[in-house]
Amino acid sequence: MTDPAPPLSDGLFRAGPGAADDGTITLVGGRSASGGRLHFPRSPVCPWTGADDVEDADLPRTGRLWAWTTVTAAPPGYSGPVPYGFGVVEFDDADGVLRVVGRLTVADAAALRFGEPMVVVAVELPTERGPVTTWAFAPDGTDRP
Amino acid sequence: MTAVAVAGVGIHPFGRHGELTATAMGAAALRDAMAEASVGRGGFQAAFCATAYGGVAAGHRVLGALGLTGVPIVDVEAGCASGGAALALAAGAIRAGQYDTVLVVGIEKMPKGVIRSSFFPQWMEEGGLAATPAYFALRAQRLLREQDVTVDDLAAVVVKNRAHGVHNPDAMFTSAVTAEQVLGSRVVSPPLHLWMLCSPNEGAAAVVLRRADLAGPGAVRLDAAALRSHLPGSVLDESTPLSGVEDQRITPPTQLAATDAYEAAGLGPGDVDVVECQDTDAARELISWVELGLCPPGGQSAVLASGGASIGGTLPINPSGGLLSKGEPLGASALGQVVELVRQLRGQAGARQVDGARVGLAHTIGRGANASVALLTT
Repeated sequence: MTDPAPPLSDGLFRAGPGAADDGTITLVGGRSASGGRLHFPRSPVCPWTGADDVEDADLPRTGRLWAWTTVTAAPPGYSGPVPYGFGVVEFDDADGVLRVVGRLTVADAAALRFGEPMVVVAVELPTERGPVTTWAFAPDGTDRP
Repeated sequence: MTAVAVAGVGIHPFGRHGELTATAMGAAALRDAMAEASVGRGGFQAAFCATAYGGVAAGHRVLGALGLTGVPIVDVEAGCASGGAALALAAGAIRAGQYDTVLVVGIEKMPKGVIRSSFFPQWMEEGGLAATPAYFALRAQRLLREQDVTVDDLAAVVVKNRAHGVHNPDAMFTSAVTAEQVLGSRVVSPPLHLWMLCSPNEGAAAVVLRRADLAGPGAVRLDAAALRSHLPGSVLDESTPLSGVEDQRITPPTQLAATDAYEAAGLGPGDVDVVECQDTDAARELISWVELGLCPPGGQSAVLASGGASIGGTLPINPSGGLLSKGEPLGASALGQVVELVRQLRGQAGARQVDGARVGLAHTIGRGANASVALLTT
């Protein structure tokens, strides 16, 4: 078994929580102790309040699909496959909802629906610096790599 | 405070112009504006040049091409609102008594297709996360879901603006289109079809601002020029963050700028007779109507169906044809709106004249996020 490709950028996610071979990953955000709200990716300063008491905070494993579309032509600087799905997933948190942008494992927009349960999975993408691993949202229970 | 008037306007047509440089287009637009204003060398105290991709000292090159350097020249970048930002700075300096007469010029020469921007870090580009039209599409999908707007309404916006653009010789596209043609164009990112998206292109526009008491009777007044950025937290706003919170109570930047402008001018949405608003894509125009206070959420379909936003309607929006007809040279687009409104308020808009227009509103929103709203009156 080959080692997974390095992450797209450091600190965005970590392996699990599922079994080692099911492709699930956990997005790592930040939470401000004073503001109480999650954000992603983790920033030294809470982007909502400006507070600097931010600590690592895992995002929930599953969320709901809130908005989605299809990217039909490679955007600047991207050398992965097209078309691909692109959307926003809502994650419940103790103090409200966090909406996170990401690619989707499903490119066909007609195959998705509002509120569909989504899980976070790892996908590998080619780049000019070699293959990298990034996060993607997959319908829960289907399309799991 | 000192009132500000528009002493002259000029525009270089928006489109594709081969080898012609942004500097040359800017010089042409500025020369026309200065001629209208009867301003020459020594007749102004500062210049602001709006451009997002013009490079170092873009304004110096434009004024240098006309032998007009020597005054302070400041380049201004604020994404799609660059021209609105330059206008706000120039107007503020006159209001504050710093200058009597200021040149404002916007220039751009954009590559074809989706715009590469230094805004995104490399890893976001590599991950396919810098997909600008896809963000527009997500915003459009939420508009359709939340405000009772249909894909047919999006097509109707294009049909309206392209019909207006037929009468604008400075526009890139001057042919009318049908809803069937719009919906028959390629799907770029659902629900957006290719013809629902404006084309980045090339062009220039210029405005000479002057103290109103020196501008002569009858000059169009610039009663407000507001610029705002985004409040944090809205995942689909033009700051394109990777996450956001529930944003129902987060005031969008366009609404912030509009509120500032209405307050500064002592006017409200009901006073406006003609509007030039950001139609980067067809959905963005319909979002802007609401954020500018011109239409209640969910009211867009009825306005489109009644022709209320067309020339001859109750509140014509984008009589120039909008960016969907003109294309979008970023630094020039907001000043192009001002050129259009000044001509409308002077009664010089020819076949696209909005009869009796006395109050005009110009609006841009884009990357940053930056939103600008200007109010012009006669």
